[in-house]
Amino acid sequence: MSDIGGIIKKELRELLTLQSIIPIMVMALVFGSLGTSFSGMDQASQPPIVGLVDLDGGEYADIVTSTVLNNSDVIYQGISIEEGKQAVRDNNAGALLVIVDGFSSDITDNRSGQMEIYWYMKGTGIMETISLANVNVLMAEINTNLSRAIIADGSGLDANITLSPMVASDNTMVKDKEMDGVNPMVVSAVIDQQNIMMPILIMLVIVLIGGIVISSMGMEKENKTLETLLTLPISRTSIVAGKLIGAAVVGLIFGGIYMIGLGVYLQSFSASTSIDLSQYGLTLDALDYVVIGVMMFLTILSALAICMILGAFAKNYKSAQSLTLPVTLLAMIPMFVIMLSDFSNLSIEFQVLLFAIPFTHPMMAIENLMFDNWTLVIGGLAYNLAFSLATIYVAVRIFKSDVLLTGLGWTREKLRKRMRR
Amino acid sequence: MEVEDLFKNYGDRVAVGGLNIQVKEGEIFGLIGPNGAGKTTALRVISTLLQITSGRVRVFGLDVDSEPDEVRKIISYLPEDAGAYKNLTGRKYLDFMSSFFASGKERESMLKKGIEITDLADRIDSKVETYSKGMTRRLLIARAVMTSPRLAILDEPTSGLDVINAKEIRDLVKKMSSEGMSILLSSHNMFEVEFLCDRVALINEGVIIEKGTPDELKSKYGVKNIEEVFTEVVG
Repeated sequence: MSDIGGIIKKELRELLTLQSIIPIMVMALVFGSLGTSFSGMDQASQPPIVGLVDLDGGEYADIVTSTVLNNSDVIYQGISIEEGKQAVRDNNAGALLVIVDGFSSDITDNRSGQMEIYWYMKGTGIMETISLANVNVLMAEINTNLSRAIIADGSGLDANITLSPMVASDNTMVKDKEMDGVNPMVVSAVIDQQNIMMPILIMLVIVLIGGIVISSMGMEKENKTLETLLTLPISRTSIVAGKLIGAAVVGLIFGGIYMIGLGVYLQSFSASTSIDLSQYGLTLDALDYVVIGVMMFLTILSALAICMILGAFAKNYKSAQSLTLPVTLLAMIPMFVIMLSDFSNLSIEFQVLLFAIPFTHPMMAIENLMFDNWTLVIGGLAYNLAFSLATIYVAVRIFKSDVLLTGLGWTREKLRKRMRR
Repeated sequence: MEVEDLFKNYGDRVAVGGLNIQVKEGEIFGLIGPNGAGKTTALRVISTLLQITSGRVRVFGLDVDSEPDEVRKIISYLPEDAGAYKNLTGRKYLDFMSSFFASGKERESMLKKGIEITDLADRIDSKVETYSKGMTRRLLIARAVMTSPRLAILDEPTSGLDVINAKEIRDLVKKMSSEGMSILLSSHNMFEVEFLCDRVALINEGVIIEKGTPDELKSKYGVKNIEEVFTEVVG
């Protein structure tokens, strides 16, 4: 038993190092804070926030109004659709409900009463879509109350009208775009099909090339080939550039293969929900594709340079594996956050955190370009350019320094001595 | 090659403390000393791998600190426990290395020379991962000298090799020197040092404590071989 205990101790000492613990703690902290941040956005269990426009004023319209007032937080009540839309946008409400003129008389005449819903999507993330669900609950409540009133009146209307006295037509407002006759769930599904690809692809490419570069450095050290490489008549900048380009090519090939597979997989879900986003101006032109290409290039460059820096501290192939964790985390955090929520709906702290991670920018590039959010696109491009140049500079400096061969051992020793003093 | 008052510190620890040596053209100069004496650090500094804390190193007139790229064109460094890319064949490894030094016909003849030095026959087309330690070391020695460097820096060139492999490599080093190549080597093997080196320097705790030809040193200490000189001086 004591032998086993010794082995367990040895294994724990080898596996539970600062290198392995810190990334896990950071991940737990980030997701913990993320949960707190999202909890503020969860409106599913709260009354929906809506605007109400009554263009009818009849007896059934009054039932709708009273149902809305009793079951939701009404931020606008009036007779102007435009004012109502503005109020909904200004208050980040879920929808504007419009009781169309003739609503009550249509029901009395044995026809469904018409309502219009102007859904407001604050973003295209999963959390924003979930927050629309409680408006659907309100619409169901309106229908129920209308049915009750019709039955109580004993007006002898058609059974179908009695059970579904109201018909609502959907219109969707996404940020500053409007899509008439389109349900927000359909919009969300179609945008997701396009937007989900990018974060997953970026994450995969980064993890792949990160692993390649860091492992390559680990292998150079383990196989004792690094010293020979560094005494060849080529500049350290060329060595760094050669390693970066080599890994980028492999990463792009692997990423391309994954993208094809993922594309086919996601295509299988898209057939039933397809709408043509281009008719609403939600499309990418040639310039947008160039921007995405440049963004991808800069991101890959940044990722490679980060990995090159981390790889410089790998002692061997095994330690190189654990060094890929920070890069994986940096790629996974923006991927999950962007899939769940729109950047603009995050708290300022999270926006700063995400902006600082260079991998965030290509992940949200498609959506930003679709919605002409050029501030974030150009900001992201500038940041990624600066970040990649800075990290490549640091990588070259490390390759020119002793750290590559001697590690940080003596630096740590020096720090410890200073701390003791 | 001239090393003047070379200091190399790792933080507060002095690895090389005021090293002064000169290697003449075509000379084999041996750096000997106990483990941790600073031999490898000194060789790494001269090879442009580590930065100089203070002092000056010049190789054929080129300053190692300010002209490292130029220095790397005329030197060759063989680390003690160096390896080769395991997924390459011996031929491809030598070809890859020669590509940094020459092109066209010159590269072809460099490769041919390298293959001859390895003496690996048809195994030159096998992957490095299938080589024995001796075969790998011969490949690495070939890599180091096929480019005809003006200065070859060899850290323990025969370390871990059997008697026959070690002798072959010693003969090769001697031959290269006779052809005009300057060689700076470190070794724990005193027999090897005595056999190969025109001059030797004994280093301990980063400082040269004795220097001269093997005969001069033996006569000075009145002993029969360099091993006894080493014991007298370091012990």
